[in-house]
Amino acid sequence: MSSPGLELDGIVFRQGGWTLAADLVVRRGELLALIGASGAGKSTLLSLAAGFERPLSGRILVNGRAVTDLPPASRPITTLFQEHNLFAHLSALDNVALGLDPGLRLTAADRRTAQEALSRVELETMAHRRPGKLSGGERQRVAIARALVMKRPVLLLDEPFAALGPALRRAMLDLVSRLARESGLTVVMVSHDPADARRIADTVAFMDDGRILLTGPTDSVLDSPVLPELVRYLDPDSDPGPP
Amino acid sequence: MVGLRPLLWPGVAALIASPGLAVLALVALLDAAPPGETERLLDRYALHVLGFTVLQATLSTILSLVFAVPLARALARRPVFPGRGIVIRLFGIPLVLPAIVAVFGVVAVWGQNGAVNAALGKAGVAGLGPIYGLEGILIAHTFFNIPLAVRLLLPAWESIPGETWRLAAQLGMTSWPIFRLIEWPRLAEVLPGIAMLVFLLTFSSFTVVLALGGGPGAATLEVAIYQALRLDFDIVRAVFLALLQVVICATVAIVLFRFARFSWSEAGAGRITMRPDSLGRPGRIGDALVIAAGIFWVGAPLAGVALSGLNGPLAEVLARQDVWLAALRSVLVGLGAGVVAVMVGLLLGATSCDLAMRRHRRRLADVLEIAGSQTLIVSPVVLGAGLFVLLLGHVRVFDWALPLAALVNGLVSVPYVLRLVSPVLRRTAAHHDRLCASLGLAGIRRIVWLEGPLVLRPLATALALATALAAGDLTAIALFGTEREATLALLLYRALGSYRMDEAAVIALLLVVVCLAIFVAIEGLGRVVARA
Amino acid sequence: MSRTVTFLSAALLTILSARADTLDVYTYESFVSEWGPGPQIEEAFEARCDCTVRWTAVDDAAILLSRLRLEGGGGDADVVLGLDTNLMAETLDLGLVRQHGLEDLEFDLPVSWSDPVFVPFDYGYFAVIYDDEALPQPPASLADLVTGGSGADLIIQDPRTSTPGLGLMLWMKAVYGDSAADAWRSLSSRVLTVTAGWSEAYGLFLEGEAPMVLSYTTSPAYHQLVEGETRYRAAMFEEGHYMQIEVAAMVEGTDQEDLARDFLRFIATPGFQGAIPTGNWMYPVIDLGDDLPDVFRELPAPAVSLLLPPKDVGAMRRQWIDEWLEAAIGE
Ligand SMILES: Nc1ncnc2c1ncn2[C@@H]1O[C@H](COP(=O)(O)OP(=O)(O)OP(=O)(O)O)[C@@H](O)[C@H]1O
Ligand SMILES: [Mg+2]
Repeated sequence: MSSPGLELDGIVFRQGGWTLAADLVVRRGELLALIGASGAGKSTLLSLAAGFERPLSGRILVNGRAVTDLPPASRPITTLFQEHNLFAHLSALDNVALGLDPGLRLTAADRRTAQEALSRVELETMAHRRPGKLSGGERQRVAIARALVMKRPVLLLDEPFAALGPALRRAMLDLVSRLARESGLTVVMVSHDPADARRIADTVAFMDDGRILLTGPTDSVLDSPVLPELVRYLDPDSDPGPP
Repeated sequence: MVGLRPLLWPGVAALIASPGLAVLALVALLDAAPPGETERLLDRYALHVLGFTVLQATLSTILSLVFAVPLARALARRPVFPGRGIVIRLFGIPLVLPAIVAVFGVVAVWGQNGAVNAALGKAGVAGLGPIYGLEGILIAHTFFNIPLAVRLLLPAWESIPGETWRLAAQLGMTSWPIFRLIEWPRLAEVLPGIAMLVFLLTFSSFTVVLALGGGPGAATLEVAIYQALRLDFDIVRAVFLALLQVVICATVAIVLFRFARFSWSEAGAGRITMRPDSLGRPGRIGDALVIAAGIFWVGAPLAGVALSGLNGPLAEVLARQDVWLAALRSVLVGLGAGVVAVMVGLLLGATSCDLAMRRHRRRLADVLEIAGSQTLIVSPVVLGAGLFVLLLGHVRVFDWALPLAALVNGLVSVPYVLRLVSPVLRRTAAHHDRLCASLGLAGIRRIVWLEGPLVLRPLATALALATALAAGDLTAIALFGTEREATLALLLYRALGSYRMDEAAVIALLLVVVCLAIFVAIEGLGRVVARA
Repeated sequence: MSRTVTFLSAALLTILSARADTLDVYTYESFVSEWGPGPQIEEAFEARCDCTVRWTAVDDAAILLSRLRLEGGGGDADVVLGLDTNLMAETLDLGLVRQHGLEDLEFDLPVSWSDPVFVPFDYGYFAVIYDDEALPQPPASLADLVTGGSGADLIIQDPRTSTPGLGLMLWMKAVYGDSAADAWRSLSSRVLTVTAGWSEAYGLFLEGEAPMVLSYTTSPAYHQLVEGETRYRAAMFEEGHYMQIEVAAMVEGTDQEDLARDFLRFIATPGFQGAIPTGNWMYPVIDLGDDLPDVFRELPAPAVSLLLPPKDVGAMRRQWIDEWLEAAIGE
């Protein structure tokens, strides 16, 4: 079996008395949904993977290669945040092109690549608009286009569609899932809505208080939860009593 | 509604007291300007003064910003380092330091016999030239305005979301693209406003130019007005220069109000964001150097004041009765100004709140508040000159020196009161009006139970600020004061003027201590009363 | 009850009478500084008048005129001391001073003096004082001074505020006439700074900020007599030196007419004049005999003494000052 797309191996991280200790394996080309209560440490886990935070111990591997000591720019990972993914004063095209050259020194080929990426997210006509003149969904699609041109095998999504309406959110999820599978990306997606996970995720990981308590196929994890924490998370009204 | 109509009257009264007085002063000035003399007045001297005023203000603005931007950037890039909070607080000191004390500090550091020249002399290097003239003015103005600009700039950096920095890190942006693509666009939004503010402040600079100008060639309009009125009794020239000053300041201020976008927030709380360009060693050393330079530029004159004062003839000067009388007068002027500022500000604020929240006349309310801030346009010197001309021949102006100084200084501080009190009043109106109506809580009882306790704290802060600022002011007292009724600031100016640096050192320190004590005492009192 | 009233009125009377015995004299700062003649004169006069002398000192003498005008007769001043011949005409025309009514005053002055209003209290000649050690070759003429500049090496005073400043302006006018403005433009290139008052200028000079300062031919006497120092000298100019006669007068709005008159009379006595040479470092206006220090006799006398008629100065001062302002800002 080939090495996993993303592997967190014995990661320990501490911040203000709160500790995260997690192991996670995401297979190559797999789409994993990370769920868990607010404050469980989902965003922190992604930050560790992307290199925005440094773990106290443990290793991070992408396609079998250790990236633990690399700065974010050198890791084969891209991230999509809930907001502020774009630079407000740059056009959509330039925002995408930043993925090709962070100083925006662009060749004609670069421009073409960026334009093509915009086409893949169906925004070819809006290349010269600034983010202020794009809708929330369109903005996130520009950010996805940039993630595509960066050609990095791992994509991390930290609730990028949480602010969108249900229909639009479903469309965006489908888009991400399609593009990810076309490009063979390994994806970790943080979500608060189990329906999102059901829609596109192969696997679900459940986090609680800095720990990953459970990882498994989407259907089996969500349909017949046994873990009391997970039961409480999925349906806060039911109280199965102390374990 | 019950009890609202009377709220219109305070505003009218305050309007008469503050902008009304300014208008009255202007009318007095216009009235005193005889027709047909403009040729004599718009002569080379007037043009030169105007030219010098613009020149020094432009240079002060450019220098302040050129140094403030890298300094603010270095501080923004280092959100956590030991002592950062102290540095930010240090940069707040010049905003409340009496200008004449700052002048002393600058001379103590950069003057012919100052610390820098002493150090250079020891190192066997040729000393700096004299600082009287443009050089001295620029040093003092940057001392005031670099920290001001830094504190106004920092929020621009802090408004950059953390995701942006993570994105930059992921994209691998280096220092220059980060500045060009992330920081500069934010700066470009706030810089014009800050530049205009600094320009306006230095354009109207009085004390610094009076004390460091060194001759008729290096005078701002403000100083020229003072000289024409107090030294030369050339009322006509004074009036003409005052009108020139008003026209220019009004123009700049209108542009400022229309286009400037910047917020005065509690800057420098230091949001923790990891910036990709803050890790490397060269960047770290560069930032350290820039911050150290900023600390030196602002801290050295302050240290100069403290050290010279403590090493000066403390016992001798503090044993002088005239010094303590002067201190007493400073406190009295301060308290008088504080009361004026708070009363006018509170009345304006109440009426403006009433207009905005209950009568839906938001525009009118804003106009009212801007009118309270007219001192940016009608500077203290112009206001004072107008009052002077108005009163001349009717009352013995010099007998009223202290009350007049308190009045002018009080009006100068109205904007601070408005800024601190107005939001509280509006918030109370928004949150509690319905409840009060249903409880039948109105009039005095409402003020006692509702607004009073809420407004007390910000009001005490405003009072403390206005009092401390006025206690250290030289502008109004130079205009109205006499040798016999000197305040500490005037004593300090005279000691500096006659080159009695030892004496000046002690008075400067005493003045700082007095202002600080006033501020702490009033603010603390407000806190205690509010808690009770 | 009535005893309280008596006591209170007595107290009030004491206060009032204490006030009534105060003579307010407006003068310039260096006159009343602890090294100036003021303290000695105050003591001498108080000993014979049974009154209190209260000084009010402004930066320099030319401000006295503006000050009296600003007060518009409503101030405390009884006597103004420190105006000079150049400001006499204006002061008189503005009705700020009144006749002293003293007839028997005698002076020993280079010019004859009989004026119903102004009483001279000292005189001297303006001169550029230089520091021998910093400037071995001083200018030998006003022309030298005006054209020989090669850097900022001269401190002068503002003619709007200071009588030496005004004196230099008139000196230039007396020598250069209508081309004075051009001469000023040339001179201003070597002016380090223009101070409001003489004290400030001289202080800066002694601190070594510049090797030359506008003062009086008599200034070196101070350094010789008090400090035994000969490095400070007067540069004697071929064109001559402008003369200054400093005067005092009774202020129109005085409420102490008799006391003021006594003081003016006291000016012409040795009790006042004795303090002048080594206090104000000027020539006394009466013959002090042996009480005049020898140094004063050894001081160089100007080749020519210049003095424009007070009436002309009064009429033209404002215009000349405007002219000076334009020229002195030196573009
Ligand atoms: N900058 C910080 N300093 C200290 N503690 C922090 C910081 N940021 C987050 N935390 C804490 O770390 C823990 C994990 O936070 P994290 O943002 O990873 O949670 P999350 O699972 O993403 O929550 P949410 O679903 O609300 O986004 C929380 O207890 C949070 O309070
Ligand atoms: Mg999160």
